[in-house]
Amino acid sequence: MAPMAEAAYLRTAPAERLPPPADRGGATGWLRANLFSSLGNTALTLICLSFIAWAVPTLLRFFVFDAVWSATDRGACLASPVNPEPGACWAFVRVWSSYFVYGFYPLGQRWRVDLFFLALAFGVAWLAWLAAPRRDIGAVYFFVVLPVLSYVLLCGAPLIGLAGVPTTLWGGILVTVVVATVGIVVSLPIGILLAFGRRSDIPVVKLFAVTFIEFVRGVPLITILFMASVMLPLFVPERFAPDKLMRALIGVAMIASAYMAEVVRGGLAAIPRGQYEAAQALGLPYWRMMALVILPQALRVTLPNIVNTFIALFKDTSLVFVVGIFDFLRTIEAARVDPHWATPVTSVTGYAFAASFYFICCYGMSRYARGVETRLARAHRR
Amino acid sequence: MENSPGDPRGNVARTETAVEIIALHKWYGEFHALRDINLTVARGERIVICGPSGGGKSTLLRCVNRLEDWQRGRIVVDGIELTDDPKHIVAVRRDVGMVFQQFNLFPHLTVLENCTLAPIWVRHMPKKDAEQLAMNYLERVKIPEQAQKYPARLSGGQQQRVAIARALCMNPNIMLFDEPTSALDPEMVKEVLDTMVELAGDGITMLVVSHEMGFARQVADRVIFMADGQIVEINEPKGFFDSPQHERTRLFLQQVLR
Repeated sequence: MAPMAEAAYLRTAPAERLPPPADRGGATGWLRANLFSSLGNTALTLICLSFIAWAVPTLLRFFVFDAVWSATDRGACLASPVNPEPGACWAFVRVWSSYFVYGFYPLGQRWRVDLFFLALAFGVAWLAWLAAPRRDIGAVYFFVVLPVLSYVLLCGAPLIGLAGVPTTLWGGILVTVVVATVGIVVSLPIGILLAFGRRSDIPVVKLFAVTFIEFVRGVPLITILFMASVMLPLFVPERFAPDKLMRALIGVAMIASAYMAEVVRGGLAAIPRGQYEAAQALGLPYWRMMALVILPQALRVTLPNIVNTFIALFKDTSLVFVVGIFDFLRTIEAARVDPHWATPVTSVTGYAFAASFYFICCYGMSRYARGVETRLARAHRR
Repeated sequence: MENSPGDPRGNVARTETAVEIIALHKWYGEFHALRDINLTVARGERIVICGPSGGGKSTLLRCVNRLEDWQRGRIVVDGIELTDDPKHIVAVRRDVGMVFQQFNLFPHLTVLENCTLAPIWVRHMPKKDAEQLAMNYLERVKIPEQAQKYPARLSGGQQQRVAIARALCMNPNIMLFDEPTSALDPEMVKEVLDTMVELAGDGITMLVVSHEMGFARQVADRVIFMADGQIVEINEPKGFFDSPQHERTRLFLQQVLR
């Protein structure tokens, strides 16, 4: 071996510690890096800018500047010398708004719906705010107290002086929120159980889970809704048949659970065997192991997919209209053909209103999930 | 080797024999993984199992707490026979601690929570007591300052020491080590071995699958050489290393001691 001194590449002094190279900072640096980094990118940027320049003013004009904000009938929303190209007819939405929210829920009883919305919002906020105090009580409130309270409030309880309100009178956002909430709240626990079942070593349990998931998943939601509301009365006397809304709720919950089961199963499959073995070696029984070790990790892995399923479910609720239930979208459908408000812009306005409602709800869920993901990632990574 | 029946970790009825394995056979499909294994481990005894990979060392160890099942033969741990009865299996697992090659810490829990999980949920210990207990063991493995961190922030050696503390928090009578240093960087092997040597001084029954021959020489009461699913040779360390009886053992030792 050659003596060390002859090796020319050996260091004689320690390498200096240098700060990272300075950022080509500032707005121009950012623009150059993100928007104009190459010829192709520059072209794309220009195309997008011109699209925005064309679309945004048009939309603003239609929905804001030329829009009709208040009126008593369709007259103001029609083209006239004063307003030759009328924009969105928001006056129509304002006049019909209480129908969009409550459907035909009796006027004098609508405070009960408001109370239900408040109680629900309170529960969601309690659970969604990760740093909230006593979230265990929050969970009990949400999963036990709230369903009972909602049922009493919305359906009525003659015993305590709340008049009964048949579900045929419900409608609008109320129905959409009820169907979506029941779907979401039921699908997560049942989906988890089905996912456990599908991975179980017990043949009967596994067979049941697989059959349920594959059958329900293989049938369109519309078919299940039709079967529940058209076929069921053929076999069961009308007197004993469950309420129409209840049938739709069960259909939606079944579909959502089957999808959720597959999502959760994906998460479970991502957990290494060693986690199961370590939990077993510590003597944790099956349910403790699943609840304390496996499920928290699996749900974290699969959170984006869970929220994806929730969002899809929220939008699918509009399918209940096929069995004659007046969900939010259906109330708009019904109102837009009102001859009293028939104008060329009424439908567009109604659909735009519906779109913004769905968008706000779904985007809200999406943002919240992103926040939780970042939070969890920060806590558990290095 | 003498037992130490006076030590206070009394979980189940104390027997002179910690583990008894009788005529054990295991197959993976057609592959005969364990062939007629007979082994009696006395209370307080420290056994190191070595041998070529695929020889059935880990499989045998994992049978002792029933992470693997077998087709023929019996295993009795602390007087409890391991059968298909889940009650027996859980009873044995509560009493047998295990340390894995890949640590298998729970990444969603802090170091402290990793250690208190089983005492709280299996032993039904109050949270305060469990934390006290966990801190004691974390001090023993010399990382109490890491208690509030998540495992991913620790080095491999630190993680393995946490895994040892986590197992000890259940006050096991028997500890199983499945190649505890094989996944570690060389510079971290020593800190884990030191912890294990210290543990060996406490008189706990230890079954260790390892290729650390220095460790075997230092703490083992008996060394077992396994190959092709059989126990080829059992001897005291001195005899095992200085005058191996079987040609197969001699070849293996030549390879690892080179």
